[in-house]
Amino acid sequence: MSACVGSDLGRPDGPAKVSGRAVYVADLAVAGAWHGGAVRSTIAHGRVLRIERKPGFDWRRVVVVGPGDVPGDNVQELLSDDQPILAERVVRHVGEPLLLVAAPDLPTLEAALAALRPIVEPLPAELDFESATRVLHEVSIDKGDPGARFDSPPPGARLFEGTWRTDSQEQLYVEPQGCVAWPADADGTVVVRGSMQCPHYVRKALARCFGIAPERARVVQLTTGGGFGGKEEYPSVVACHAALLARAAGRPVRIVYDRHEDLLVTPKRHPSRVHHRTLVAADGTLLAMDVDVLLDGGAYTTLSPVVLSRACLHASGPYRCEHVAIRGRVVATNHVPSGAFRGFGAPQTCFAIERQMDRIARALDLHPFALRRHNALRLGDATATGQVLHDSVGSLAVLDAVAARTGIDRHRWCAPAMAVPSSNSGRVRGLGMSFFFHGAGFTGSGEELLKGRVAIRLLPDGRAEVAAGSTEIGQGTTTVFTAIAADALGCDPGDVVVAVPDTAAVPDSGPTVASRTCMVVGSVLASACRELAARIGGAAGDFRSRARAWLAAGGDGIVEHVYGSPPGLVWDQATYRGDAYPCYGWAADVAEVEVDLDTLEVDVVRLTTAVDVGKAIQPRLVEGQITGGALQAIGWAQCEVVSSRDGRVQQDRLATCIVPTTKDAPRFDVTIVEQPYAHGPFGAKGVGELPMDGGAPAVLAAIEDALGVPADRVPATPERLLALLEQRERTS
Amino acid sequence: MQTDGPAPDRTPASRRSGGFSRRSFLKGASIAAVGGPAGAAATAGGAILTDAPRDTGTIPAGQLREIALRVNGVERRVAVETRTTLLDALRDGLDLTGTKKVCDRGACGACTVLVDGQPTNSCLMLAHDAVGREITTIEGLASDAALHPVQQAFVEHDALQCGFCTPGFVMSAVACLGKHGKPSPATLRHELAGNICRCGTYGRIFAAVQDAAGRAGR
Ligand code: FES
Ligand code: FES
Repeated sequence: MSACVGSDLGRPDGPAKVSGRAVYVADLAVAGAWHGGAVRSTIAHGRVLRIERKPGFDWRRVVVVGPGDVPGDNVQELLSDDQPILAERVVRHVGEPLLLVAAPDLPTLEAALAALRPIVEPLPAELDFESATRVLHEVSIDKGDPGARFDSPPPGARLFEGTWRTDSQEQLYVEPQGCVAWPADADGTVVVRGSMQCPHYVRKALARCFGIAPERARVVQLTTGGGFGGKEEYPSVVACHAALLARAAGRPVRIVYDRHEDLLVTPKRHPSRVHHRTLVAADGTLLAMDVDVLLDGGAYTTLSPVVLSRACLHASGPYRCEHVAIRGRVVATNHVPSGAFRGFGAPQTCFAIERQMDRIARALDLHPFALRRHNALRLGDATATGQVLHDSVGSLAVLDAVAARTGIDRHRWCAPAMAVPSSNSGRVRGLGMSFFFHGAGFTGSGEELLKGRVAIRLLPDGRAEVAAGSTEIGQGTTTVFTAIAADALGCDPGDVVVAVPDTAAVPDSGPTVASRTCMVVGSVLASACRELAARIGGAAGDFRSRARAWLAAGGDGIVEHVYGSPPGLVWDQATYRGDAYPCYGWAADVAEVEVDLDTLEVDVVRLTTAVDVGKAIQPRLVEGQITGGALQAIGWAQCEVVSSRDGRVQQDRLATCIVPTTKDAPRFDVTIVEQPYAHGPFGAKGVGELPMDGGAPAVLAAIEDALGVPADRVPATPERLLALLEQRERTS
Repeated sequence: MQTDGPAPDRTPASRRSGGFSRRSFLKGASIAAVGGPAGAAATAGGAILTDAPRDTGTIPAGQLREIALRVNGVERRVAVETRTTLLDALRDGLDLTGTKKVCDRGACGACTVLVDGQPTNSCLMLAHDAVGREITTIEGLASDAALHPVQQAFVEHDALQCGFCTPGFVMSAVACLGKHGKPSPATLRHELAGNICRCGTYGRIFAAVQDAAGRAGR
């Protein structure tokens, strides 16, 4: 039976959200809660001498927490132990927290924060990642023997070099970071509720901070107003702060960032510089690739090693090539730490390889579409890590779909360095394309190590409850789980409820990241549901009465399953060889832009995309993920500027932190391709991040087509386009 | 529970002392306990309300003056400072938390309410300036159990993801339909340009509002 999968159920959280009844952290009623905040560094690097307390403030009205008040380790638990919860002797970025304060109301809190002045002796700050030397992590991928190829290229082969850069990007989840923490209760349990993607990450961070067993920290997700990766690791910081204050104040403490603070101090996308050397045969066949990836990790390690890993694993693009060398480094600077953002390193390297492909096509006088199709990975091909693609490869299908929708395969591109075409309207048009893939789920053995668990359990009324730590953050987890469970159980969607992610009540299904929730967690859910359905049997009667009868007869109504990797997957983390991901989503974009010749503003008028998702469990939600992700990519491509001066983020308010509005949204033309993945639920693969990867290169290619200047850096702002045009005028 | 009816104590929650009951939190949080009965609210990421009063406390302790605001057809009394915004008065003074605070600087539209029918960023209006005017918030749109046609259309078109921008968009859309009846696509884009949705639901929102306009005209 498959009635819910493939249909559109409608999200259960819809009515509460449209009527303002959904309760986000700032809406939660908590009697007696105080308000928490942080004293932060105002400089990028320095030695903390002391923190002055201005006289005249009555300190009995507030509580103040310093590094010495952390009962466990003063370490922000993540991949590395380099980031303190509260900086003690040295600050390494603007906004780094030094002291925490809680007060009965916000005005008192503000007064207390203003009365605490850190005296910090400045140290030299590293603010240019391209010259930074402290390496946080390195990755090497080797296939074949590219060195030999570059040294003695076959006759007719040509070498192409290109350097491509992308700037940072702000997630701008619309609901700011926030949580409420309670002091430990009688049995020593610390409770936190808040806006987050990964309750079990927060639990782990609290356990480290308090020196307690994970079970003594209970974390409950509230309705969450967007994340996009920005609420992957950072909520642990907010939670530790609030919980430390709650402990000191002996009462609940709420921290909800205002937008200004959120923009200044929270992690953003890693800036990148990617250098390509590509050896290409005259017919366009890629003979050898050498890719150098450099990321700005910011002041602390956070998730940078994993971001770098994903960046490198996508650096050679969805292309076949026998000889590949990929070298990646993420370096430390005194910028705000970089962190998770939809795409997680892949958008940066996807941008570079796609623009490199355009450059090659033009130089060889090949069509960019034909060049991509010629080199596209197909069934049976091996990726840069030697992973042989055995099934679910929608590469040619997505390329052919966008060609059919747009005629891009027949489009004649404007050659770079051509004069800007004159235009009566003062606007010029251009078309650009991109072709990309995205590994779904954790990299390599990640899922194997994580062992995500999901439970399905019968409630006394006969309904089935899905219990998992996976969170609804707007992407539709609740709806998708409901559809999967209903079809796997053979019941109505109304017979399924999805439990609130509460670490005390649901198993750890792993973080809600990496496009893994539907594909990985969903597959565990489906198998648990099938076992439960087999248990209670398919006898006559509706599901609820059969379930009640089963329970009444003393049957066990709980099935918990653990993720097991599909057979045959092999990954060697030491050599970066093997099956980097269980499978890949595939996509192609065609962007159509209009550029205003007076202002050089770029208007993306249409984005055509074809996306292989394996199986659209909920087609409308899938389309929402595709268009939403693509819009973020379009914004990054041309209008979303994140810059810093002396290490301080300049776009520190919504008036200057620009993202696309209703006026910037293009017309979307979405084709969903379904090449089922055998181990995904009903064939589904991940889709959350893929749409973020291809928008920027397609838009910049279209700008290049419109203006005839080579666009090599994201975002392509009017200022940068003007500089490119002026440069061309000077040199021509 | 959140209420929008008159409450006995209109002193801003920030000024009340104590009163926190651990039980009231657990009552909400334990809905998802293993094997326990799942109430209607126990959807993932969904609303769990406690019966404790809110305590957001943007309204400071000093220089409070009680004013009367006419909100959703009911006269409500709330103590505010001169500098208190309408947004803070609604959220913290009157527990009308459907109106969202995102930028607090007039740049996102999440706090949109209707003031005498005009869409207004409530973070940019002082509560004192709203005295004597008719204020409609998201909570005032639905009648009894039925959603307003615009809200209904948002649900049907899946014109939301995380939902945090949604109340503001609904209010702007209601105002737009009030002004234009059946707005052209360009008019609609223009009228909604002050609201930001980072989940990128704009296309669905256009479709929903146009559908609602069509229904109203039928
Ligand atoms: S919160 Fe009022 S406009 Fe953003
Ligand atoms: S639905 Fe998330 S910001 Fe609009």
